[in-house]
Amino acid sequence: MKTIYEKSVAGREGCWPCEGMAEEAYIPKELLRDGDIGLPSASELDVVRHFTRLSQRNYGVDGNFYPLGSCTMKYNPKFTEVVAAMPGFTRLHPVLPQLRGAGGLCQGALQVMYDTENLLSEITGMAAFTLHPMAGAHGELTGVMLMAAYHKDRGNKKTKVIVPDSAHGTNPASAAIAGYDVVSVESKDGIVDPAALAEVLDDEVAGMMMTCPNTLGLFEKNLPEIVRMLRKVDALLYYDGANLNAIMGKMRVGDVGFDIVHLNLHKTFATPHGGGGPGSGPVGVSEKLVPFLPISRVAKREDGRYFLDYDQPKSIGYVAPFYGNFGVYLKAYAYILRLGGPGLTRATENAVLAANYMRARLSGHFEVPYDRICMHEFVASAAPQAKKGVHALDFAKGLLDKGYHAPTVYFPLIVPEAIMIEPTETENKETLDQFCDDLIELAGLVDTNPEVLTSAPVTLPVTRLDETKAARAMELTDDL
Amino acid sequence: MPFVPHTEDEVREMLATIGVDSVEDLFAEISADMRPKSFDLPEGLSEMEVLSRLEAMAAKNATNSVSFLGAGFYDHYIPAAVDALTMRGEFYTAYTPYQPEASQGTLQAIFEYQTAVTRLLGMECANASVYDGGTALYEALMMAVRKTKRRKIVVSEALNPIYRVMLGSYTSNLDLEFVTVPHRDGMTDIDGLKQAIDDSTAAVLVQNPNFFGSINDFTELFAAAKAAKAVSVISAYPVLQTLLKTPGAMGADVAVAEGQSLGLPLSFGGPYLGIMTCTKGMVRQMPGRIVGRTNDSQGRTGYVLTLQAREQHIRRQKATSNICSNQSLCALRALVHMCALGELGMKRAARVSVERAHICAEKLTAIPGVKMLTKGAFGNEFAVTLPVNAFEVIAKLTERGFVPGFPLGRYFDGLENGLLVACTEKTSEEQIGIFAEMLRGALK
Repeated sequence: MKTIYEKSVAGREGCWPCEGMAEEAYIPKELLRDGDIGLPSASELDVVRHFTRLSQRNYGVDGNFYPLGSCTMKYNPKFTEVVAAMPGFTRLHPVLPQLRGAGGLCQGALQVMYDTENLLSEITGMAAFTLHPMAGAHGELTGVMLMAAYHKDRGNKKTKVIVPDSAHGTNPASAAIAGYDVVSVESKDGIVDPAALAEVLDDEVAGMMMTCPNTLGLFEKNLPEIVRMLRKVDALLYYDGANLNAIMGKMRVGDVGFDIVHLNLHKTFATPHGGGGPGSGPVGVSEKLVPFLPISRVAKREDGRYFLDYDQPKSIGYVAPFYGNFGVYLKAYAYILRLGGPGLTRATENAVLAANYMRARLSGHFEVPYDRICMHEFVASAAPQAKKGVHALDFAKGLLDKGYHAPTVYFPLIVPEAIMIEPTETENKETLDQFCDDLIELAGLVDTNPEVLTSAPVTLPVTRLDETKAARAMELTDDL
Repeated sequence: MPFVPHTEDEVREMLATIGVDSVEDLFAEISADMRPKSFDLPEGLSEMEVLSRLEAMAAKNATNSVSFLGAGFYDHYIPAAVDALTMRGEFYTAYTPYQPEASQGTLQAIFEYQTAVTRLLGMECANASVYDGGTALYEALMMAVRKTKRRKIVVSEALNPIYRVMLGSYTSNLDLEFVTVPHRDGMTDIDGLKQAIDDSTAAVLVQNPNFFGSINDFTELFAAAKAAKAVSVISAYPVLQTLLKTPGAMGADVAVAEGQSLGLPLSFGGPYLGIMTCTKGMVRQMPGRIVGRTNDSQGRTGYVLTLQAREQHIRRQKATSNICSNQSLCALRALVHMCALGELGMKRAARVSVERAHICAEKLTAIPGVKMLTKGAFGNEFAVTLPVNAFEVIAKLTERGFVPGFPLGRYFDGLENGLLVACTEKTSEEQIGIFAEMLRGALK
């Protein structure tokens, strides 16, 4: 499909934002740019058609089942968009509450922040939350910075962070970027093995980053012991909340002994992923870490009015220019109000039910390396099929032809030919059954007609793309 | 129960297939000592109840007040087409485009976005965005550190103070040395910056227009940086960049921007958009997602995420950054915004904004005791000094639903009387007239 630049016709007018066309009389010529910018010149209808066509070359949850493991692509209800678009929120300038006397102009927005922090604290059992981190990985970085601030304050000399081999790639990257050496610990039978942990645990360890249920969809049943081990060396326990959808109402990370947790609001609390963002990655902490939270914190006066507290001498400082992605956590807030405690618990129960149902239905047709009760997702493996020349990637592409977004493939790294499936609680049984039927049918083709898989997809706007050429030619813009 | 479709019969069938008796059996591994001590959340509300509760909260925000607040974040007009197109579910509810054949819409849009921002800033390469303008600046600094393997960072104090404090937080555990060159009455001290650069300098960081609104040409500074093998980083304002000499033309190595003013509402601080562009020589240091053009197996044009070997999901602790999700939908909004206004509309928005600011400056400085702080050329934002403390004037006027600007004393000692005033094409001449009258009254 042609780019909008190829469709551009010089001089064609778009949408005028305003009347008047002042000359550049106010700025000296030597400070001005030369020539045209090269932005498109198109009519409004040209633009509308172009982007409508582009959208039709995409899969979204509204149109397609998205069983992406580790991503929790559940349905995003529509009413939250109405909330986020309310002019009473969208028109608020972020520096407003920083002006003396102007806090009164944004009491509603400050209340959203205050309530959201409290709700997330109750859901996770943490002492306090900050909403500032702008994505899950940003929350991780903030969490590790909090870890560093805690140890610095106590005079601890710590250089290492432990990350299990099954962790998301962002975990080791976040720890390294915050200045720590990363130590890996191997899983045993799919979960963290206390004996293996003991081998790498010493006084140099600042903390450990865990995901529970882990990326294999398994519950880390040794958690209490792991917590005790880390406490002995004054190391902190970090919980990657990407998989919170599996435990709401069933376990609170704070009660188990975690010190830091980040949540991916776009996953668990159903705010659309937007093709890659924006997200929101609030961070919760236990009591001893509260003084280190980012500036500013929202607080409530005795008269019921909300204000921003900038007086935090031990804070790690600013991780965002203002208060995080307000428009995103506003949607999560509305979603939590809509479901309430019982609704959140019910969401978890049905997410876990759906994952186990699919695991049970598929386990005779694919290798399931850990074929026992899983949480909200499970990992199958196409290793037996790969020996016959059909890989996990081919199944992914075959599913695209069937109208599904593919599951996560080749992750976690510790399972060869991994196919990681997370159905979520919002898909009905007909969809789950049809998906299983289709995937089983594809598995049957490995012996009879593998080409259907290896040459897939054939029903989409493009067939398989040459990624090597893209990296070598580095054609990153529409210019020659 | 909202959004869960399974009937009781279906749940029974599913449990039978799994081979367990109850849903609670699925949670058997969570032992009693790990169960929640409390889960004290309210009952759920109906959709109508949620909306009316949030409407009431929105009404507690005085968003009808007239505002001259800017400080890097501006209230520009957003064409209706931006919402209509970007709210389409196929864009809105999609995931990161890991399956390129099913994500050509998102991928081509990002490619077109990369094209638009490189042209706007006169640079060669762009990524698919990062969280915000401040994060973009930090990531640019880290690119320079990796590239040069040096640790001294030269920063202009006329750079947005909010970003300067963010840089400090992000790098607090790293072995870096910041040298901040003071502003001179709101002007970027180009000579001072030049003198601070030496052969241990990784990067020099400036902003155009600077925080006080003053416009510069940094060509000579960037040439001096190049001579010392330091990396030149500039933070630009994308709307004015339709008029101003580009970072590329000045010789910058990395140019970043806060993209909020390209089609994103102010929304109390986010989501915003971090624009990152660089020269070809720096692209492998650039963090985050990048989309490249290629061919499919039949030779047709298509788009994929590329240069992924730099990224966290492959390189883990050795990645260029930990960034995973970007601001894809915000980047899409910025692209649609630029396309809807087009080349001419974008320039018009900038020109009218600049004109309004100059009219406003003229009206305000006609008031006895009010003087221009910003010297030389400025765009749509400028600073004045008042005969009294700016905080007090602001407090007095905000009580009447009128926000006159940003108090410079919040970040700059000695500028307690300084007021930063911004206009956009949405600022009417009538509002400017009211502003001048109100300020005159408040200073009497």
